[in-house]
Amino acid sequence: MTGRRIHPLSKLFGWLVILFLAGPIVIVIGTSVSDTPFLAFPPQGFTLKWYANVFSHSGFLDTFIISMQVAVGGTLIALIAGLAAAYALTRYKMRIPGWYGSVFFLPFFIPEIVFGFSLLKTLIVQFQLPILPSLILGHAILCLPYMVRVIGASLSGFDFSIQEAAISLGMHPVKAFWTIVLPNIRSGVIAGMVLAFITSLNDMAVALFLTGPGISTLPIEVFTYVQQFFDPTVSAVSVLLMGVTILVMMLIERSLGLSKTVQ
Amino acid sequence: MNARPSLVERINALGPWLLVLPATAVLAFILIIPVAGTLAESFSNPAGFFANYRDFFADSYNRTVMIRSFRIAFLSTLTSLILGFGGAYMIANASQGVKRVLLILSVFPLLTSVVVRSFSFMAILGRNGVVNTALMKLGIISEPMEMLFTQGAVIAGLAYLFTPLMILSLVGVLENIEDDLYLAAGSLGASPVAVFFQVTLPLAVPGMIVGSILVFTGSLATFVTPTLLGGEPQMTLATLLYQKAMISFDWGAANTIAAIMMGTAIFCVVVLGTIASRISARRAVH
Repeated sequence: MTGRRIHPLSKLFGWLVILFLAGPIVIVIGTSVSDTPFLAFPPQGFTLKWYANVFSHSGFLDTFIISMQVAVGGTLIALIAGLAAAYALTRYKMRIPGWYGSVFFLPFFIPEIVFGFSLLKTLIVQFQLPILPSLILGHAILCLPYMVRVIGASLSGFDFSIQEAAISLGMHPVKAFWTIVLPNIRSGVIAGMVLAFITSLNDMAVALFLTGPGISTLPIEVFTYVQQFFDPTVSAVSVLLMGVTILVMMLIERSLGLSKTVQ
Repeated sequence: MNARPSLVERINALGPWLLVLPATAVLAFILIIPVAGTLAESFSNPAGFFANYRDFFADSYNRTVMIRSFRIAFLSTLTSLILGFGGAYMIANASQGVKRVLLILSVFPLLTSVVVRSFSFMAILGRNGVVNTALMKLGIISEPMEMLFTQGAVIAGLAYLFTPLMILSLVGVLENIEDDLYLAAGSLGASPVAVFFQVTLPLAVPGMIVGSILVFTGSLATFVTPTLLGGEPQMTLATLLYQKAMISFDWGAANTIAAIMMGTAIFCVVVLGTIASRISARRAVH
């Protein structure tokens, strides 16, 4: 399909907007290899020492591991709860009222900073929960809407009569879900998990209130670092973080493509 | 046949609710109860129901911060709306292949950390930043300009943060405008500019409202961007909330700020959301 013709001036403006969105990322990549102690763009010289700096700063590695643990934990809780909810909401449309589904989108509408502060007061102060489980629970909430939405979307295209046929032929409902429903919504499940994982990995607002001096997440560590030292190390960390995001995105693209060829 | 339902049947009837139970429980205990607690605590002051609010608004500094936050949120929404419309308009009208690439380019920033995105604007607007370097090389200025820690820097950073969301809200709406409408308007003698203002723009209003709700509430609640690009001189409600909660331990004030932010978010979603869906519904009838 070819596009519609638009005025050259609006096309130019559109390209400027794309430049505005993509430019800063290019600049960050450029400054990360500049052989200057300050951020320079276009880069002067070429060096990878800022990347070496990232790995020699133990704070980045330690917090990266915590971020990974939190992202895996939060994504798994959101997956189990979200998959069950999405299944019930699409399979039993008649019995669960329609508005109930939108309850799961509440985390989208509550300002994250308000949520983070409220979690500090309840989980950390009131219930004296350690930081790691508090972070995982908080991130599970941030991830839940993505799971319900994305898995729900792929379930809505699934023909449940196949599953009913299997059950009426004597298959156990749990086994039917596992062997018939799940393979069919695989791409939705993976996409939901990836979105959840990226959301958790990038979260600032919740971690800001829950992390303490001893335990922190990578974005918080980077944020603290930027405020103290404004050097290209941050650019290098940023590029590495973007690399993780691209890697994860390519994983979905591949698995989505794969599932299409299988079907 | 019509005997009382057996145990199995009763469990089956409960099935759907058992499946939504885990998600509901997590949501209730980790989100709804804590946030409701914050709202309730903002009113629970022994000195009176609204005492926290009276104290908060009695301080002229707090009032300044609040007005500044709303102004910053409004201006960054307006900027994102203009930029987002421009981007979405081009994307919606591009050919299929180009559209895909442009969408990925404009959505990618959404998937990167807010810290990274705010930091990139420090690299652009800083003393040795891209803008200052370019302007000095061109001979327009001789001394680097101070652009960080201004309101403009915060607005630019927020617009950068949220323009992709605006594009996502608008692309679908703009794509769905049928070719026939453009053909009809053209054959009736409307100039391209008239078509844009009388056909395209009015049809995009619901998407514009939805995008604006997202950007406005998001701008108001973002902490990282005003901290890094605005600093102390550009304190906003979000940075004030953090300071009250974590540095001065004035939780009464923090609860009040949280409640104000919640109230604004609810207002935007309910009132503006209703307007947007009314407009869409009226369109569907005509």
